[in-house]
Amino acid sequence: MANKNNSVLPGFKLTLGYTVLYLGLIVLIPLACTFWKASALTWDQFWHIVTAPRVLASYRLSFGASFLAALINLFFGLLVAWVLVRYQFWGKRFVDALVDLPFALPTAVAGIALTAIYAPNGWIGHWLAPLGIKVAYTWLGVLVALTFIGLPFIVRTVQPVLEDFDREIEESAASLGANRWQTFWRVTLPILRPALLTGFTLAFARALGEYGSVVFIAGNMPMKTEITPLLIITKLEEFDYPGATAIAVVMLVASFVLLLAINFLQWWSHRHYAPT
Amino acid sequence: MPRRAAPRRVTAEPPVVRWLLIGVALMFLGLFLVVPLAAVFTEAFAKGIGFYFHSFNDANTLAAIKLTFIAAGIAVPLNCVFGVAAAWAIAKFDFRGKTVLITLIDLPFSVSPVVSGMIYVLLFGAQGLVGPWFIAHDIQIIFAVPGIVLATIFVTFPFVARELIPLMQAQGRTEEEAAHVLGASGWQTFWRVTMPNIKWGLIYGVILCNARAMGEFGAVSVVSGHIRGQTNTIPLHVEILYNEYNFVGAFAVASLLTFLAIVTLVLKTWVERKHTGSAGRKIDMIT
Repeated sequence: MANKNNSVLPGFKLTLGYTVLYLGLIVLIPLACTFWKASALTWDQFWHIVTAPRVLASYRLSFGASFLAALINLFFGLLVAWVLVRYQFWGKRFVDALVDLPFALPTAVAGIALTAIYAPNGWIGHWLAPLGIKVAYTWLGVLVALTFIGLPFIVRTVQPVLEDFDREIEESAASLGANRWQTFWRVTLPILRPALLTGFTLAFARALGEYGSVVFIAGNMPMKTEITPLLIITKLEEFDYPGATAIAVVMLVASFVLLLAINFLQWWSHRHYAPT
Repeated sequence: MPRRAAPRRVTAEPPVVRWLLIGVALMFLGLFLVVPLAAVFTEAFAKGIGFYFHSFNDANTLAAIKLTFIAAGIAVPLNCVFGVAAAWAIAKFDFRGKTVLITLIDLPFSVSPVVSGMIYVLLFGAQGLVGPWFIAHDIQIIFAVPGIVLATIFVTFPFVARELIPLMQAQGRTEEEAAHVLGASGWQTFWRVTMPNIKWGLIYGVILCNARAMGEFGAVSVVSGHIRGQTNTIPLHVEILYNEYNFVGAFAVASLLTFLAIVTLVLKTWVERKHTGSAGRKIDMIT
């Protein structure tokens, strides 16, 4: 990082030096070590570990449930953001603050609370049990936990865009003869699309790595309700460090790809919808 | 928008649709947010208030509470100093690679908590890269308090920095430059000019950082070793009680964390009003 400074202020070397040192020690070196450790495996060994049937089953559950949960949140998150921005109702500020609960509530607490609710004798579980629907200790439980975790992302990405939204665009659509639904579908929704996509990707990325809220409700049966992060923990507890490292590398690569996608989406939405 | 008596605008939905949408949204939030909150307290008080308080009269619970405060007490100030230093370097100076640096600071948020803990096991564990050296010098990091502190620092790493960087970038450099030209030293400029400007942003970052530090489960779980009374934080203690079928105890201890979450939300909402800078950027908490 070459210094082409034009600032008269002091402290550049000190603060930048400290930033890079601290970042390196806490984040970059430990992360780099993981890749270095994984490189001790041959490609065949690595491939064998990360495509074992039990590992593949965990990807299916982790990626599948995260995707479905993000889809549920895409719909309901848009609805909640819409209601919070466009309508007035009693207790709205309270509801607005409550949306962030999944960020503030420790994941372990969310996990045991959701398990208690959806267990066969729980508040909601005992209504579903006679219908033959089991939520806790099945993949549906994983879906519920991941929906909870991802709930605020889409609300919080769509809300500011909707707040800055120029209502005159909708008025012109209406004056040109579009009904309310057509206006929403053809005019409003396309403008919200980058924010929706960003929120969806954020929720998906968060759900993919989630551990605390899922382990309690999932039942954790190999091949059935075992998520990938849990598999890493299992391997670590068996002192199978190469196995844990290989799977972790797959997870890290997935999160880096998603991080790039999120950065791209944010750049895209800024470019399209920067306030003029 | 006081338009009760006015005719309905062309861009407003009919009242039936409006109330239906509000109803469905509130039902969804009720089901996913209010019901779990209520469940924590109902289960915690399932055997009465006496039993609830009895759950805290336990050496292991108190040790877990103490360790959580130690971990957060170290991680939050360290990440605060880092956040201020990083924001100062990034906002007040021009250098190449700035965008890359900002992305790297955000990196811990996109890493799974389990992997966040694992990287320190690979580094400091008995078979790790530098682990044998530390063990030879009788310094235990993994399955001990230093590991828990490290994992906590990692997962809360970006909170303060990502709050301060955009704030200080938006504020620019002119005020500091004026102070400096008028003869203020670097420290005087920082404390008298910058600090009052970033106060609320800093407090906001600290609130979010602390909530995550005290509530972290996955990363800490990997490095903890789960030694009762020694390496259990509050969330890990909840897990142990729960797995022993001591549900009332688990939910009683969990209610402490729930209370922390509610206080966090209240403080956060309050600071958002004070510090208009983050009112429109609620997404900061997560990305």
